[in-house]
Amino acid sequence: MTTTTTPPTPPTPPAPAPPRRARTLDTASSFLHRTPRLRLGLLLSAPMLWLGLAYLGALAALFVTAFWHTNTFTGEIVREWTLDNFVTLFTNDVYRTITVRTIGIAALVTLVDAVLAFPMAFAMAKFCSPRAQRILVIAIMTPLWASYLVKAYSWRIMLSGNGVVDWLLAPFGVDSPGYGLTATVLTLAYLWLPYMILPIYAGLERLPDSLVDASGDLGAPPWRTFRSVVLPLTFPAIVAGSIFTFSLSLGDYISVRIVGGANQMLGNVVYDNIGAANNLPFAATVATVPVVIMLGYLAVVRRTGALDNL
Amino acid sequence: MSPNQAPSLAVQDPAGERAGRDAEPAVRLRALRKAFGPVTAVDGVDLDIAQGEFFSMLGPSGSGKTTVLRMIAGFELPTSGTVELAGRDVSTLAPFQRDVNTVFQDYALFPHMNVLANVEYGLRVKRVPRAQRRERALEALRTVRLEDFAGRKPSQLSGGQRQRVALARALVNRPRVLLLDEPLGALDLKLRQAMQVELKQIQREVGITFVFVTHDQDEALTMSDRIAVFNNGAIEQVGSPVEVYERPASAFVAGFVGTSNLLSGPAAEQVIGRRGIYSIRPEKIRIDADLAVPAQAGETSATGAVTSVVYAGATVRYEVSLDAGGQLSVVRPNEGPAADALRLDGSRVRLVWRDEHSFRVAAGS
Repeated sequence: MTTTTTPPTPPTPPAPAPPRRARTLDTASSFLHRTPRLRLGLLLSAPMLWLGLAYLGALAALFVTAFWHTNTFTGEIVREWTLDNFVTLFTNDVYRTITVRTIGIAALVTLVDAVLAFPMAFAMAKFCSPRAQRILVIAIMTPLWASYLVKAYSWRIMLSGNGVVDWLLAPFGVDSPGYGLTATVLTLAYLWLPYMILPIYAGLERLPDSLVDASGDLGAPPWRTFRSVVLPLTFPAIVAGSIFTFSLSLGDYISVRIVGGANQMLGNVVYDNIGAANNLPFAATVATVPVVIMLGYLAVVRRTGALDNL
Repeated sequence: MSPNQAPSLAVQDPAGERAGRDAEPAVRLRALRKAFGPVTAVDGVDLDIAQGEFFSMLGPSGSGKTTVLRMIAGFELPTSGTVELAGRDVSTLAPFQRDVNTVFQDYALFPHMNVLANVEYGLRVKRVPRAQRRERALEALRTVRLEDFAGRKPSQLSGGQRQRVALARALVNRPRVLLLDEPLGALDLKLRQAMQVELKQIQREVGITFVFVTHDQDEALTMSDRIAVFNNGAIEQVGSPVEVYERPASAFVAGFVGTSNLLSGPAAEQVIGRRGIYSIRPEKIRIDADLAVPAQAGETSATGAVTSVVYAGATVRYEVSLDAGGQLSVVRPNEGPAADALRLDGSRVRLVWRDEHSFRVAAGS
């Protein structure tokens, strides 16, 4: 054996030229392949435009409007900078009461949801078969597909005198709470419950069973295991759920109109000022309150790592 | 002195209590069965594990060894049968009511606590005073040579270090029995071998009964006082490493612990002179290139052709196809020139071994 060189390959016949259109497309895609930044920019441009204009732009407009005021005679917006709206908001007892009430309702709704959601999520994540888990997740999401108004009105009917709630509570000698703040909290808690269950469920799914086993193995009774291991490790997930329930409750104004009796929340003040009072700048001022509260809330919970759980 | 105040990790109990307990095995399993729906994971296990023993449960995955361990710990409750710890029936007790601790396969360290808090956890749950529990936790960390890592979070440790924290966290409670669920499975080979030595040393120091689950036969052989070989949810054989390796009770044990080298049917009849299934360890067989040399008294021999030679550094493995039918593996130390060994490929040889090294095994699965 003297040589191992391969025999010269016969010249390949030239491939037929691809059609013109395909060639242009090829050129374009290989160009995009070579310029990853441009590719990323093109892909992101539409969502960025949406986020920038429709979302942040609207928020900015709201914030700017909050510093304008209306001409009391003509009802037209006067584009002059003034802090009058904020002074009214902070000095008027009515608005202060409504703000405190709104925060209180949102906090209570969050608490009720957390207490209801945790056992449910725990049972799903740790005791149900994968099949049962899928069915339960769908069952929990089903109410989200129904109209908000229908759900709120169904609570109005249930809470009415001689309604379902009355009938259920009768054996215990308790009456239906009727329409008011309790009813508002109940209805909102019902409406936002899925937003609390799903993040907690996801958080518990990520919690390895062996950690629960290890805690029991080291002598901790179930309650201790819950307090020292399960709760601290799923707390970020609970906070993640609370961001939804809290912010959705803060901005709500429909449920309180339907089941809240004469009570008002911040949303009602905004709504009335846009409509009946025709005072858009003041509505904008009131609307900044929930936004600021949420920004503060997010700043606080950021440290728990909750934002990684969304 | 109460057990809580004992300065070392070793179990130190009042003499009377100790004597009373010593009469009982640390773990006693009777007719233990566990079914998950239609699947029977453990099917009638009877086992006594003595105080202070290093006991291994060896078997392939799905053989039921981990389920037995989890039933001793209390994570699973038996479908039927009993679990006794030092003579006390704990079959229906929850894990936190049992005097055993577990080292988990994935270590199961609490990620939100630092190393010291992890080790202290069991003592904190049992309301051991703060100063005392700190002292004991540091002592346990010293035993596993991690006292400088007390302030670290588990995520800042290497696999081997996490493994040792898990060990300290279990040992600090001075359990009657320590259960280890494939604790070395996630470590690389060198670290695993180092940890094997270390684990064995710690076990000797503290004198606690270790029940060690593994699928690695080398690990079981090197570390254990006794081994139970599991297959299909039942125990095939219990014995010392020497017994299990040199005298496997079944074809399964022969194959799982070490290399399967079986002679059966007509080949067995012709070579050994009797019917049945016979097992010979590959390293017990001598290779003779000179076919004329007769076998000496007390030796068995068979002729055949070498079908392959595998060079493995320290050893050389030969596959020999016997004239009587069947195939035997032979492992020889790589003592002569390697070229001589390789040259045997394809040649006819005589295999010789001492009579007692081929022994009959039950058919089994």
